[in-house]
Amino acid sequence: MTQKMTKTFRIGFASKLVGVAAFGALALGLTFGASAPAQAAGGEAALKHVDWSFNGPFGTYDRNALRRGYKVYKEVCSTCHAMSMVHFRNLAEKGGPEFSPAEVKAIAAGYKVQDGPDSSGEMFERPGEGKDPFPSPYPNDEAAAASLGAAPPDLSLIAKAREGGADYIYTLLNGYEEAPADVHVPAGGNYNPVFAVGNGIIAMPKPLNDGQVDYTDGTPNTAEQMSKDVAQFLMWAAEPKLELRHRLGLQLVIYLIALAGILYFATRKVWADQH
Amino acid sequence: MSGHSTYNPSNGFTRWLDARLPILRLSHDTAVSYPVPKNLNYWWTFGGVLTFCLGVQIITGIVLAMHYIPQTELAFRSVESIMRDVNYGWLLRYVHANGASMFFIAVYVHMFRGLYYGSYKAPREVLWILGCLIYLLMMATAFFGYVLPWGQMSFWGATVITNLFGAIPLVGESLRTWLWGGFAVGDPTLNRFFSLHYLFPFLIAGVVILHIWALHVTGQNNPAGVEVKNKDQDTVPFTPYATVKDAFGLSLFAILFAYFVFFNPNGLGDVENYVVANALKTPPHIVPEWYLLPFYAILRAVPDKLAGVVLMFGAIAVLFVLPWLDTSKVRSARFRPLYKQFFWIHVVVCLALGWCGAQSPDTVIAQVGEIGFTVTHLARILASYYFLHFIVLFPLLGLIEKTKPLPESISASVLGAKS
Repeated sequence: MTQKMTKTFRIGFASKLVGVAAFGALALGLTFGASAPAQAAGGEAALKHVDWSFNGPFGTYDRNALRRGYKVYKEVCSTCHAMSMVHFRNLAEKGGPEFSPAEVKAIAAGYKVQDGPDSSGEMFERPGEGKDPFPSPYPNDEAAAASLGAAPPDLSLIAKAREGGADYIYTLLNGYEEAPADVHVPAGGNYNPVFAVGNGIIAMPKPLNDGQVDYTDGTPNTAEQMSKDVAQFLMWAAEPKLELRHRLGLQLVIYLIALAGILYFATRKVWADQH
Repeated sequence: MSGHSTYNPSNGFTRWLDARLPILRLSHDTAVSYPVPKNLNYWWTFGGVLTFCLGVQIITGIVLAMHYIPQTELAFRSVESIMRDVNYGWLLRYVHANGASMFFIAVYVHMFRGLYYGSYKAPREVLWILGCLIYLLMMATAFFGYVLPWGQMSFWGATVITNLFGAIPLVGESLRTWLWGGFAVGDPTLNRFFSLHYLFPFLIAGVVILHIWALHVTGQNNPAGVEVKNKDQDTVPFTPYATVKDAFGLSLFAILFAYFVFFNPNGLGDVENYVVANALKTPPHIVPEWYLLPFYAILRAVPDKLAGVVLMFGAIAVLFVLPWLDTSKVRSARFRPLYKQFFWIHVVVCLALGWCGAQSPDTVIAQVGEIGFTVTHLARILASYYFLHFIVLFPLLGLIEKTKPLPESISASVLGAKS
C-alpha cells in the first residue's frame, strides 16, 4: 500500500502536467467532435487544405495575395455581397493589404456614399472616404433576396462563420460541377457538393472563371488562383488583427515559459527542506 | 485549523490599524501563516488558478462592458467593433471568451479532485456545497454571457434554455414570458441578461469568499485524506510553500490559456456565433458551449420534456447532497480500491456524455441487425449511469468496500513516500 502511494508521489509532477495537457486535449476533442456533424450533414465533399501563409503561430498574411484578393472581391463578390463591417481605412492598416493612404483615398473616392442630413435636413451624396464602410450592393436582405432569389450573406465574417474557414471558401469556389443524374437542381439553383447546408444546391452561380479579373502583378489569373486570393482576403476581413495576435502571443508564451522555469526552480528550492 | 493568529504588527501604524480594523491580520492569517498540509499535490493548485480566472473575467468583462451595446440591433456589431476598432479589443474579447472555457477546465479539475480525494466529506460539507453553488452560478453566468454577442447560437441557445422553463406545469408559460420580458427572446431579454451577466460574477466572488472562509475553518483536505494531527509536523505555512507552488501551477495553466487566446481563439467556440442572430433561421444543430454539453446530453436523452429538465437540473442538484450519499469513512480514493475504479469510470461517462451532447441525437453509432443504436440510446445509458454512480454506488461502496489501511498521519505518509 505504502509503496503504491510512494509511486503516486514520485510521478507526481510529470503526471500532473500530462493531466492538464490531457484535459486541454479532451476539451479540444469535444470541440472538434461538436463540429463534426456540421461538416457531415449533407455534403460529402472533403475540404481542400491550402498551406496558407497565415497558418501556424508564425503565420502572416501575404500582402500581394490580399491586394489581389481585394480586387477579386471588388470586381466580382461585391456586386452581390455586402461587407459592411470593413472600412476603407482598414485597407491601409498594418497587418492587412497595406495600401498606401493615397491609394485608399482613391479607392474610397471611387464610390458615392449617402450622407446627411445636412443643415437643411436633406440627405446628400458625396465621394467615399476612409472612414466609410464598404458600401453594400443592396439596401437590405429583403431587397437582395427580391433581386437574386436568396440574400447573399455579408462577407465581413464569413471566414470565421463557416467550418473550415478559408479552406472552406477556397473549396467551395472550386467546387462547382455538373449535377449527377440523380440530383434535381431547381431553376435558379446551381450544383456544388461543398455547399452542405443546401445539400449541394446553391443559389450563387459559379462566380470565378479563368481570366475574369485582370491581375497587374504577373500572377496567373486562373479561377483557382483568384479563389485562393479572395479566400485569404476574406480571412483578413474576418480576422484583421491576426498578425499582431500571433506576434504578441509568441512573446507572451516565451515569457511564460521562462517564468514557469524560474517558478519551478523556486518551488524546488522552497520545498527542499520538506522533502 | 485557523487557530490563533500569529500576526505581529511591526510598527506604530500597523499596531494602530490592527486595533481598529485588523485587515492586515486577516490577510496575514489567510495568505501567509495559514497552515497547509505538506503532502498536497499539483491538483491542489487549481484553487489559485480559479481565483485567477475569476479576476481575469471580471477585469476584461468590465472593460468590454464599456464598449458593448445590449440592444438586439447593435449588439453583434458592437462586439465586432470591439474586435476591430477598440484598442486591443480583440485581445480583451478573446481573453474573456476563452477565459470562460479556461475557468470551466479549471473548475472541472478542481471538482474531480474533490471527488477523488473525498474532499466533500465531513467536516467539509459546507465547503463543498458552497463550491457547488459557485459552479451553478458559473454556469448561469456563462449562459448569460454567451447570449450577449447576439450570434445565431446566442439567440437559439437562449431560446432553447428559456423554453425549458415553459415545461414547468401550470406556471411554465407565465414564467417563460416573465423571463423573456415579452413573448419571445428579444430586446428585453438581451438587456436583462446583460444586467445579470454583470451581476453574477460579483455573487460568485461573494460565495468564493465564503468558500475560502469555510476552507480556513476546516483546513484543506489532502491526498492522504487524513486530518492534520500535529501542525508542526503535518503542515507548512501557506507562504512561501503554497504561494510559490500555486504560482508555478498557474504559470503552466497560463501557457495553455495563452495557446487558446493567441493561436486558436475560436477553437472552443461555434462558427454559427459569427452569424448575426436571425429568428427566422434555425441553425442545423443548436449546441451549447462544450462545458455544458454533458447536461445537454442528459436533457435530450429523456423523451419527456419536463422529465428531461428535472433530470438535467437533478444532475447538478445531486452534487449538493454527496456528503450524505457517501457512506465511506475513508476520504481518499488512494485507500479505496473499488471507488477508485468507479471514479475513473465516472470521469469517462461524463466525457462521453459531453460527446453525446455535441452529436446530432439521431446519429447511428452502431447497427445491430435491424436496430440502429443512436446517440440518444447511448446518452440514456450514460445518463442512467451518472445517477447510478451517485445515488446507488456512493452509499453502497462505503458499505461493501474493504479499504486499505490509512497512514497514521500526513507526515508519516510523506516520510513513507520518502523512504
